[in-house]
Amino acid sequence: MRLELKGITKRFGTFVANDAIDLVVEPGEVHCLLGENGAGKSTLMNVLFGLLHADDGEVLLDDRPVTFASPRAALAAGIGMVNQHFMLVPVFTVAENVVLGDEPTRGGGVLDRALAARRVRDVSARFGFELDPEAIVGDLPVGVQQRVEIVKSLVHDAKILILDEPTAVLTPQETDELLVIMRGLADAGTAIVFITHKLREVAAIADRITVIRRGRVVGQAVPPVDTAELAGLMVGRDVTLTVDKQPIESGEVRLCVRSLTVVDERGATAVAGIDLDVRAGEILAVAGVQGNGQTELCEAILGLRPATGSVTVDGAEVLGRPVRETLDAGVGFIPEDRSSDGIISSFSVAENLILDIHDRAPFASGVAYRLDACRDNAVSRVDEFDIRTTSVDATAGSLSGGNQQKVVLARELSRPLRVLIASQPTRGLDVGSIEYVHRRVVRERDQGTAVLVVSTELDEVLALADRIAVMYGGRVMGVVPGDTSRDVLGLMMAGIPLAEAEAEA
Amino acid sequence: MSATTAPPNPPPPGPPAPPTPPAPPTPVDASASPARIPTWLRGPLLTLCALILALAVGAILIAVSDEDVRAAAAYFGARPGDTLSAIVGAVADAYAALFRGAVLDTRAESAAGLFAPIADTLLFATPLIAGGLAVALPFKAGMFNIGAEGQIAIAAVGAAYVGFTCQLPLVIHAVVAVVAGLVCGAVWGGIAGVLRAATGASEVITTIMLNYIARFGLLYLLSTEAFLRPGRNDPISPPIADSAALPALLSGSRLNVGLILAILAAVFTWWLLTRSTIGFRFRAVGANPDAARTAGISVPRAYIGVMLIAGALAGVAGVSQVLGSERVLTTGISAGLGFDAITVALLGRANPVGVVGAGLLFGALNAGAITMQAQTGTSLDIVTVIQALIVLFIAAPELVRRVFRLRVTGGGIGQLSKGWNA
Repeated sequence: MRLELKGITKRFGTFVANDAIDLVVEPGEVHCLLGENGAGKSTLMNVLFGLLHADDGEVLLDDRPVTFASPRAALAAGIGMVNQHFMLVPVFTVAENVVLGDEPTRGGGVLDRALAARRVRDVSARFGFELDPEAIVGDLPVGVQQRVEIVKSLVHDAKILILDEPTAVLTPQETDELLVIMRGLADAGTAIVFITHKLREVAAIADRITVIRRGRVVGQAVPPVDTAELAGLMVGRDVTLTVDKQPIESGEVRLCVRSLTVVDERGATAVAGIDLDVRAGEILAVAGVQGNGQTELCEAILGLRPATGSVTVDGAEVLGRPVRETLDAGVGFIPEDRSSDGIISSFSVAENLILDIHDRAPFASGVAYRLDACRDNAVSRVDEFDIRTTSVDATAGSLSGGNQQKVVLARELSRPLRVLIASQPTRGLDVGSIEYVHRRVVRERDQGTAVLVVSTELDEVLALADRIAVMYGGRVMGVVPGDTSRDVLGLMMAGIPLAEAEAEA
Repeated sequence: MSATTAPPNPPPPGPPAPPTPPAPPTPVDASASPARIPTWLRGPLLTLCALILALAVGAILIAVSDEDVRAAAAYFGARPGDTLSAIVGAVADAYAALFRGAVLDTRAESAAGLFAPIADTLLFATPLIAGGLAVALPFKAGMFNIGAEGQIAIAAVGAAYVGFTCQLPLVIHAVVAVVAGLVCGAVWGGIAGVLRAATGASEVITTIMLNYIARFGLLYLLSTEAFLRPGRNDPISPPIADSAALPALLSGSRLNVGLILAILAAVFTWWLLTRSTIGFRFRAVGANPDAARTAGISVPRAYIGVMLIAGALAGVAGVSQVLGSERVLTTGISAGLGFDAITVALLGRANPVGVVGAGLLFGALNAGAITMQAQTGTSLDIVTVIQALIVLFIAAPELVRRVFRLRVTGGGIGQLSKGWNA
């Protein structure tokens, strides 16, 4: 089925979210819709689905104009959508989730489980999904849950499948698996709209690319394309994916980790005796596929979870001490999950900016909390870090992801630091914000701070690192220079020790 | 919910400012006036509407339960006018009496008598304000203190014991008794805080259980030699010594210094929450314990601190009862105040200023109810129903909006429930 959007315009008050957007999606093609956060991609899809009504323009399916009153009507017409946030019932089985809303029944309204399971098996077998219809959805990994969402659409004979930022929640491995599935679906004749802002995925899968910026189509391309050019189109200026960095002048060891071992809540060893040294004025990047102990490593260093071994900052032991003391030793921390650990979304920007220094001068005198000092600080930080907010009194939750991360950065970098730990500092950010975060992290390094960056994005690791430690299965597979080839790093990330990886690559 | 109707993916926020889809027009949206109601006014406005709605439902109950109305209704077919005038008469009489009992006694013969009902209202409001604060403060830290009832009782025990055993000079005796009460309340509240901090036990469960322990513990104490009034078999303590009693604020009224303590407690709670680093930590823990922990704030310590202070605030209610209005310790010293306090905290949106307002409103209704029953025979219980309805309507703001055709979003108390299951 061929989908065509013609001159779609959607305004919210004076703000034009979609400005005369044209888009054609042919059967059997993967059409990438590329744009920064807030560019208008989701608005466009919501218009297509009848969740929002376009002020102008029309939607054509096989050259016939259509309008959908609800997502259900869209699905009936053959358009399926997989949201970033899954619409699944965790305690139901895969089969139950797939048929939910359109349950096959035997006499007397009894759910026909066998038929439901057969539908799942049929679709799974056709596309090689390997889904167990009887598995409980809540027990499945995120990547598999996403496949359940896709199957839900396919069971309803979706001819056009819209995937809204599907890889945002996936590990690199799961992302690769998803790309394979997408290709398989396209080969079977399904038209796929793939919404993303990750350039690497676009380069890997797209048959056609449409770039949207500020509600307008700013460019269309057919691979092969230059990813730097696409990035430039997205943000409207040339973006350096690599950060300008002076050669390192590393000094003494600031952060020293010895035999650090973390056993997680389930009793599994998440970190198995790690040794790391981070020197003043260098960035040590911890690379690795998500879930190989990086999260636990950072949390253990900070004191957020129990661990054994030793962690010293400037020679003083911090392991086993309260978080407060680790922070006081000069450790800055940018947590990987910004919204749950980094900010308090119902607090104002000003309050978020002093979350970990609210009880010291000038923000406190005794137990009294100084509102004026808090505001003054916020005004200067908002200016310095270019935080886009209507006011310092606006809630942090009202900011975009990039600006929330700038709040976290501004807070952590405004104290004199000995060590900075940044865990996934750019996850979910648009290109412009990524660039900004990278520049600030490098500037912190240049000021002599020892920086530990944890990232699952190889591009980020290569852009920032002076040295790279690759983690796999809770262990460090090796520490290598920052200019090590992707091939060697890739092999190490798959669990092959350094020496073998170098030989093999 | 249907598996196929995916809700709209919210447009990702980011510069330019995220567009929020305009709210779908509601069918009852008759007032086309686009004038926006300022945010700060939405809560009070909603409360006022809920109050009017609750009084309207109360009017129906008064009419139904009124004997004249029922008598007139028996010949409704013949003379419907009689029934209608009986209804109007019954409702007007009842609410007029309620007003006379709560605000101004227009039938009084002296100026003092005219204003006497206000003193009654303030007397009733005193423990409600203090108890409401004891529930409101933990709300802000994501905790639900159902234990004000027990904390009030235990605080009363402490204050009463000092009040009827010690021999101390005039002012000092009262101060020592008050402090003893606050400390006892704080300890009782603190137990739930420590249990939450150390073992993760839900304070909802533990405070309910501590209420039982306090209630029956009090009953037991009043059977012991230390607490039982000599020569009595029923559970009642010796009277509080005059030196320990909270002085009256007006002659001829039971209104006492307890009111001042409750107002001070409200000012303190406001200051704590908005102007102190301790309150900053409490609010941070309540809003996002993970982020608070990551920022080096000790979550267990906040839980303990909140419950200690909440217990002391409930203690203010306990001491004002036992040293102020009652001057004797009985098993009925808390008499459900701790549960009314939950309602007051909800009505006041867990905000100290709101709690004072809600406490005054409930105090007025309680004071007026007595006059209403005495003068018109309308049952006291009608007022309890009205109080419950006010909170019910506020908890369901959509209902009130539809009835009054308000174009107001927010202002409900649903968001308070965030901490309830924590």
